[in-house]
Formats: sequence, C-alpha cells, structure tokens
Amino acid sequence: MNLLYQSQRAMRAKREEAMRRGVVAVLDIGSFKIACLVLRFDEMDVTPGDGIGAMAGQAGFRVIGAATTRSRGVRFGEIDTVQETERAIRTAVQAAQKMAQTRVDHVIVALAGARPRSYGLDGEAVLQTGTVEDSDIARVLAACDVPDLGHGREVLHAQPVNFSLDHRTGLADPRGHVGSRLSVDMHLLTIEAGAIETLLHCVKRCDLELAGLASAPYVAGISSLVEDEQELGAACIDMGGGATSLSIFIKKHMIFADTVRMGGDHVTSDISQGLQIPMPHAERIKTRFGGVMATGMDDREIIELESETGDWHHDRRTVSRSELIGVMRPRVEEILEETRARLDAAGFEHLPSQRIVLTGGASLLPGLDGLASRILGNQVRLGRPLRVQGLPQSACGPAFSACVGLALFAAHPQDEWWDFETPADRYPARSLKRAVKWFRDNW
Amino acid sequence: MRPLIARRETGPVPLPRPRPDPAPSRLTYRAQRLWLTPFFRMILRVGLPVFAMLFAALWFATDEEKVNALRDQVAEVRREIEDRPEFRVNLLSIEGASPAVTEEVRGALALDLPVSSFDIDLEALRARVEALPAVASASVRIAGGGYLSVDVAERVPALIWQTRTGTVLIDAEGHFVAALADRVPEAPLPMVAGAGADLAVDEALRLLAAAAPLGDRVRGLVRVGQRRWDVVLRDGPRILLPAAAPRAALDEVLLLQDVQQILDRDLVRIDMRNPSRMTVQLTPDALETLSLQRSGQIPVGDERG
Repeated sequence: MNLLYQSQRAMRAKREEAMRRGVVAVLDIGSFKIACLVLRFDEMDVTPGDGIGAMAGQAGFRVIGAATTRSRGVRFGEIDTVQETERAIRTAVQAAQKMAQTRVDHVIVALAGARPRSYGLDGEAVLQTGTVEDSDIARVLAACDVPDLGHGREVLHAQPVNFSLDHRTGLADPRGHVGSRLSVDMHLLTIEAGAIETLLHCVKRCDLELAGLASAPYVAGISSLVEDEQELGAACIDMGGGATSLSIFIKKHMIFADTVRMGGDHVTSDISQGLQIPMPHAERIKTRFGGVMATGMDDREIIELESETGDWHHDRRTVSRSELIGVMRPRVEEILEETRARLDAAGFEHLPSQRIVLTGGASLLPGLDGLASRILGNQVRLGRPLRVQGLPQSACGPAFSACVGLALFAAHPQDEWWDFETPADRYPARSLKRAVKWFRDNW
Repeated sequence: MRPLIARRETGPVPLPRPRPDPAPSRLTYRAQRLWLTPFFRMILRVGLPVFAMLFAALWFATDEEKVNALRDQVAEVRREIEDRPEFRVNLLSIEGASPAVTEEVRGALALDLPVSSFDIDLEALRARVEALPAVASASVRIAGGGYLSVDVAERVPALIWQTRTGTVLIDAEGHFVAALADRVPEAPLPMVAGAGADLAVDEALRLLAAAAPLGDRVRGLVRVGQRRWDVVLRDGPRILLPAAAPRAALDEVLLLQDVQQILDRDLVRIDMRNPSRMTVQLTPDALETLSLQRSGQIPVGDERG
C-alpha cells in the first residue's frame, strides 16, 4: 500500500507544480479520438470549498487550447499499439499547444478501458479523543480491509464516500464532530497495472509528465450529470468508440464504475460486414444516415453504396435506410442490454433515484434515447458536458464529456485516500519518519 | 413542381481519401515545444539581436582606422552644418557706447567676421567687454540676420582725481574710467586729490553737493590720511573737516560764511577737526595787525570801510 501512496502522491505533487506554473493539459485517450485541452489556471484564489466549489468547480481555469485527432492504436479504451498511440498523442498535444501558444509539461489523462473493477470497502476505528481529527480520518481509512485485488492490478481511485459516527451516517466531512466510533465507506477502483505502465511509457515518450490519472466514466459523470443528479443518484453511461463505460453517482461521489467492451466501432464493423463495404465508408454512412428507430419513411430513403472492387454490380448496390437501421439496431441493443446487466449487478435499482444519462460520441445516434428508455428504464436523457470557459464550439458535444470532466477534475480533484496523512503505525517499524510522526501527533 | 418534403441527399457518398498520418516527428515535436518555451523565445527575440548588435559594435570599435574614419566623417558633417549661411554672423553692432568706447569694444572683441555662430562663446565675449575700464556692464547676443549685438553701458565720469602719477577720471563708484589726457569730459567736473580718494567717492560727492552755495570758489577736496577731507577754495582758507560727520562741520562753516563772511576774512585755514571747537589760523599779516591792535597802536573797529 505504501508504494501506491508514493506514486499517487508523486502525481499530486506534479499537479501542484503544474498549478503553480498555471498551465496543464488534459488528455482523453479514447478508441475513436484523442482529445487534448490546454488549461490555464489564473484565478487560484477561488474558494476550493469541500466537494464541488463555486460555479460547480468550473471557475478558475480557462481552456486556451483544444485539439482532437483520430485515434490510432487504441482498442477498447486501452493502448494497443504503443508507437501509434504515441504519435497520436503527439499530434493532439502539438496542435493544442499551437493553439494555446504555450508549452505544457504536465498532463492529466483519462482512461476508459483496462477492465475497471469497483470495490466497496469499510473501516472502523475508535476515536482517541472525543472529537474527530484529521489523524482519525487517516486512521479509519487505513483500517479499511483491502480485499485481494488480484495479480497485476493497480488502484486508480480510492475515495471515501460516506462517514458514519456512532449511529449517525451520511456525514460528508466528520471533522469536528463528537463521538466515539468512526467508520467509513470507501470506493476503490482498480484497473490493470499493465495499462498504466503502457500509458506512462507513451506519455514519457512525448516529453510530458503525468500529473494525474482518472477513470473516464468518473470524469464523464462529473461533467455531464447535473448537481441534483449527482446528489440524488444517477448513472452516467459514456458510449465511446471502443468501450461503453458506466459510473454510478450518489451524494456527489462515484460509488461504482464498470466498462462494457463494446462501442460505436462495433456498430461500424457490423455495417461493414453486413453491407460489405469498407470500414471508412461504413463509418460515414453510420454518421450520416444511421439510426435505431425505423419508420415508414426510411423504406423509401435509398442509400447508394459505393466501393471500388471492380465488380460493376457489387460497386453499384443500394440499400434502404431501414435496412441500415436493421443492421445497427441489434448491436446497439446488445450494448444497452449489457449495460443494463452491469447496472443490475451493481444494484442500481436499489438507489432512490434512477436517472440515467447517456453521453459520449455514440450517444449522438438518432433515436437512441427512445431505444435506451425501453431497455434501461424511462428516466433516460441525453447528456452534454458542462460549459467551461474558453471551450471551442467544436468541443462542446457529448463526445467531449470525458475531456471536459477531466478539466473539472484537474481543477478540483476529489479527496482520495492518499490525500490524508498516513497514520504512524502504517510506517515500517524502526523508521525515522515514524518517530517524527509520533512526536508530531503527540505534541 | 418541386417536392415539398425536404429529402436528404442520398447520392453516392464519396469515399474519404486515406490521409497520411498527421503526427509530427519526434524532432519536429521537440522543436515546436522548444520554440513555445517563453524563456527560449525571449532569448531568441531579445537576447540574440542585442548580442549581435553588441558584437558588431565591438568588432567595429576594435579597428582604430574605422573609428577614426567615422569620427572624421561626423566632424565633417557637423562642420558643413555649422558653415551654413543661416548660422553665419556677418556684422557686429555695438550700442550704448560713445565712438571712442565703441572702438575699444571692437578691439577687445577681436572677431574675425564672418564667423559661424557655433564658434562664438558669448560668455567669454561678454567677460572680455566687461573687462574694459570704460564699460560698466555689457550684454552680448546673437540677433537674427547674422548680427552679433553688443549692448554696452558705459561708466560715467563723476570726478577728476589728481594723484601723484597723473590725473584720471573716476565714476561715482570710484572706478577708473579713463586718463584725463585721453578723454576730455564734456562738462567741468569737481576735483579730488589725495591717496584713497577713490574709496570715498560718494562722501566726496555729498560734500561737494553741500558746498554748492560756494559755487566756483570750491576748487576741490583733498583726502588726508585716507580718513578725512579738506575743502580747498580758490580764494579763501582751507577748511579742515573731521573724519566723523564732515557734512555737519561744513554746514557750520557755510552758516558762518552766510552770517560773518568768514571765508572772506584773512584766514589761512579753518580747522573743524574738533567739531565742538573751531580753530582758525590767520595769515601773517592779519596776525601782525592783531598784535598791533592788541598793543593799541591800531584802533579796533571796522575802519576798512
């Protein structure tokens, strides 16, 4: 656990350094596109508050550079070909730097794939004094019994979600309360360590320093759920190109995240296979004529399929729009049903509010909200990311909700496990730090 | 008729041309990042030109021949500008001085006209003119049209001062104006004599003004011992005035003159050096007559008629 503390704290330190310098880049590595925003932090005196601050945490920074590039070498939201991805990151970062007219050295990255796994932990500790202090919170966090994460898995988020003191529960910040037993519920998100290693390698090859790492469903939820939804309970489904990730929020904390390894690219490949056309052509037809609800009008709308195989009859086929919808719809239904299964597994139906927000590039499919409300329940809406200062119009769509959420995350990161001090008994025995810590705690 | 329902264009969708990878090479990427570094930009935009200019200046300055050539060229251009007719002084006009003093001033200035106004040191010229004894003050300025205008205020001779070495004219402040031989005053001036007379000119002038009722009989004043005055008359006694309050003593003598015509008497000197006690010295004839009268050989009284 100490290793985790060190690496995460090193990233926090780099984030602080980037804040001092005033410029940081956020990078959303998706399967379809890689988006990079360059943020300038100039008003650092905005009151941080607890949780989400003034203006929903979006004040205090400004987007000065934005660039998007077609993703290469990323599959299912994880890096597949390192060299290709590195080149794609370079393209995005260079274009964003050029627009911002400044150089960025620190980057905060969101990852969609890498098989996230959520754990709910709880810990309990007896208070030493009658009042809850910072050290008590650290102790109760350290008292959480961590399950076996499995080989080659790394903790990405470890956020205290709920504190309870004696018989009172639902405390957001127990400091200063009087009681005797403090217990905490914590949400732990782990991903494959290999994905992080690969990402670090890519970022280093681009002469950048990693100042933070976030899960894409988490940041997409931050930007596309409104405050009430985050408070009362909602699920955010980020439908990307290679993966559909979902996160469940309640009381402004993420309590669950998961990924379905299917996305818009699978719909495209279905079209390509079903209609026997090349992938780029299938992508264009999907974005231009695609849909999931067929109407009578669609039978009469004929789409010409063009290919260059040399076979005259093959190259001059036509297809009606309803046929296209017939190809797309099963796959979209499959994705949504898989998502439903994940939500059910997480116990989403037990939440007081069951709002579901669809966002991400694949949620732009016409008629998706109607189909989704049949499968996921009737409280479905399409979400767009929050508006942040300086964001260009081209980056305001739902495809950029993870990117915008990452910017909000960069401005106001949530307290995580490693943001609290390590309790003294967690240090190795006979350590000088432990002695110093013991002195500081007791005098 | 045009179809009323707007239909989507369903013509053949052109295949997107496969684009080459737009990724920059590692070198390009690094070069761009370097160029976007503020410090590097500043060095390149400010530091490099400054360094280049300094280097060029240094390289130029190390070559003696080039520096001299540049200096000569600058001097030549300056000379050309100074020699333009706009800056030339052609004429000298001297005002406020008599012809003799005008000539003196002209000689003192010793200007070789025409001359450029850049070469004229007005302060030095003014000092030279004011160094002349006949000039009280002067102002020198360059007027438009190529004139050098000199305004001179002359010293006005107030007294003739007779010394052992010669007779000179001095003004009301005691300054030397000219030798009497060189310059004949327009009006007759009172005369003073004796060493240190030029140091008490205003007192002398006051005494002479007080002695105005005597008219032409006053010949002049003599400074005695650099502390007191004697009034010398053409026909009459010498009046010795005290060092302190000589005017009062003179007024007393003049009063006696009005009442008893003391100056017309047979006296050699009237001594007022002690103002409370006037002493007179009789001529030898008068002394003899007095002794005869005292012995009764001559009757006392005004028998002269």
